[in-house]
Amino acid sequence: MSDYNFAYLDEQTKRMIRRAILKGLAIPGYQVPFASREMPMPYGWGTGGVQVTAACLTPDDTLKVIDQGADDTTNAVSIRRFFEKTAAVGVTQATTQASVIQTRHRIPEEPLNEDQILVYQVPIPEPLRFLEPRETETRKMHALEEYGLIHVKLFEDISQHGQIATAYAYPVKVEGRYVMDPSPIPRFDNPKMEMAAIQLFGAGREQRIYAIPPYTQVVSLDFDDYPFEASKAEGACALCAADHTYLDEVIVDDDGGRMFVCSDTDYCESRRQAGHVGAQGTPMGKDAA
Amino acid sequence: MQLSALSGGFGNAAQQSATAFRAIMNVMARPGMIETLDGAVPPKGLSTAAGSLLLTLCDPETKLHLAGDLDSQPIRDWLTFHTGAPFVPAPLADFALGAWDDLLPLTQYAIGTDQYPDRAATLIVELPALTQSGTTLTGPGIKDQAQLSLPALEPFQSNAALFPLGCDFFFTSGDKIAALPRSTKPETPPCM
Ligand SMILES: [Zn+2]
Repeated sequence: MSDYNFAYLDEQTKRMIRRAILKGLAIPGYQVPFASREMPMPYGWGTGGVQVTAACLTPDDTLKVIDQGADDTTNAVSIRRFFEKTAAVGVTQATTQASVIQTRHRIPEEPLNEDQILVYQVPIPEPLRFLEPRETETRKMHALEEYGLIHVKLFEDISQHGQIATAYAYPVKVEGRYVMDPSPIPRFDNPKMEMAAIQLFGAGREQRIYAIPPYTQVVSLDFDDYPFEASKAEGACALCAADHTYLDEVIVDDDGGRMFVCSDTDYCESRRQAGHVGAQGTPMGKDAA
Repeated sequence: MQLSALSGGFGNAAQQSATAFRAIMNVMARPGMIETLDGAVPPKGLSTAAGSLLLTLCDPETKLHLAGDLDSQPIRDWLTFHTGAPFVPAPLADFALGAWDDLLPLTQYAIGTDQYPDRAATLIVELPALTQSGTTLTGPGIKDQAQLSLPALEPFQSNAALFPLGCDFFFTSGDKIAALPRSTKPETPPCM
C-alpha cells in the first residue's frame, strides 16, 4: 500500500476536495469550484465522481458502483476495481451492504439509509448552461435567483408537447434557493432525492462539486397547471413483476423481440431471490440461492 | 521551535485523515450530531478534536486565524510544522480557531460573495462541553429538529439570516465535534 497514495489522490488534493465538499454541504445545491485533477481514465468515465469518492473513502468502507442501474458495465467494473486496488476497500453489488455508492445516471430503488453516501458522476453541472453558455452570466443568474429562463424552457416543452418532455436531468430547486442539475438521472428518480443519505455530486471536466445533506427539501420545477410527474414506462418488470421501478427496454432476440426490465439490476435480482416472478421470468430455483 | 512541535501528528496521514474527514463530513451534513474525532495529539490548550480537524483540512493553501489564548507559540509551532498554514488576521481567514468570546465579533469574518458564497470563513469554536441540548436546530440535514449546546443564540441567527452567505461553524470539546452550517436555523426552545 505504501507505494500508492491512498485512493490514488495525494493528500493535498484530497484536502482541497474535502474543503469543497464541506462548503457544498453548507450551501445545498450551490456549485463549488474545485481544481479537478487528471485521473487515469477519460472524462466521460466520471472523473468528478471518482475524485469525490476518493476524497471520502475510508479503509472501512464498502463500495458499490453503478452505471444506469447496473453493477456490471465496463465503466462500473473499472471504477470498482480502481478503488479496490488504490484504497483496499471492500466492494459489493448489494445496495443494502454498501456504505458508499458511486452512481452514473440512477438512484437505487432500495431507499438509502443514514449511514450511506451517494456520489453522482455529473457531466454538465450547470442547469442553466443550455440556456446561457457564458459561465459569468449563469453565475450572476444563480446569485440573483434569476431562474425565469429555465421556467420558460419547461413551458416551451408544454406548448410543444402538451406536457413537460424533459425526461432526464430534470432541474430541481434545493431548499428553496439554488436550482440544481440532478445529473442525467431519469425524472422518475427525482422524488428520491429527499433521502436519509448524504448526496455528493462531482463534475470533473467542469470542475464543480455540489451536495445535498440528508432530509433537505428538493423540489422538481413545475407549474400549477402542469405539476411535476415522476413518470416511467408503463407496465411491470418482465423478470420480477415489479410495477413500481424504473424500467429499461431491452432487446432479447435477433427478431427484435423486446421486454421491459428493472434498470436497477441488484433490486431486480433481490426480488427474484425473494420469489417474485415476472411474465417472462423463470422462478429462481433453490440452487440459485 | 520546541521539539514537541514535531510530534502529535497523524501516524498514518492518509488513513487517519480519511477517517477523520468522515466524522467531519457527517457532522457538517447533520447539524446537531456529535461525533468522536481523534488521531492528533495537539499541544496543551488545543483539543484533540480541533487539532485533528486542522490537520485534516489545513495546509499552505488555507489561511488560519488563531484567537485569544489559542494564539500561543507552541500551538503556532505545532500547526506550522504539521499543516504549513499561514497565520492571518480574522478578516482574511479561511479557518479561525478560538474560544467563543475570543472569536467575536462574527462580523469581522468573510461571509462569501453573491457569486461565490463558498469563499466564507469556517470557525472552529473550542467549548468546555458539547451536548445535544439547548438551542433547537432546523434546516437541511436535520430530519425534524435537533438540539445543540450553542454558546450563544443571536449571532448564529444573524449569520443564518445571511444565507446563502455566512460563516460555517465547527464546535469542538475534547475529542468531540459538532457543526452548524449557515443553512441551519437556530431557535430558543419553546417555553414549557
Ligand atoms: Zn425487475
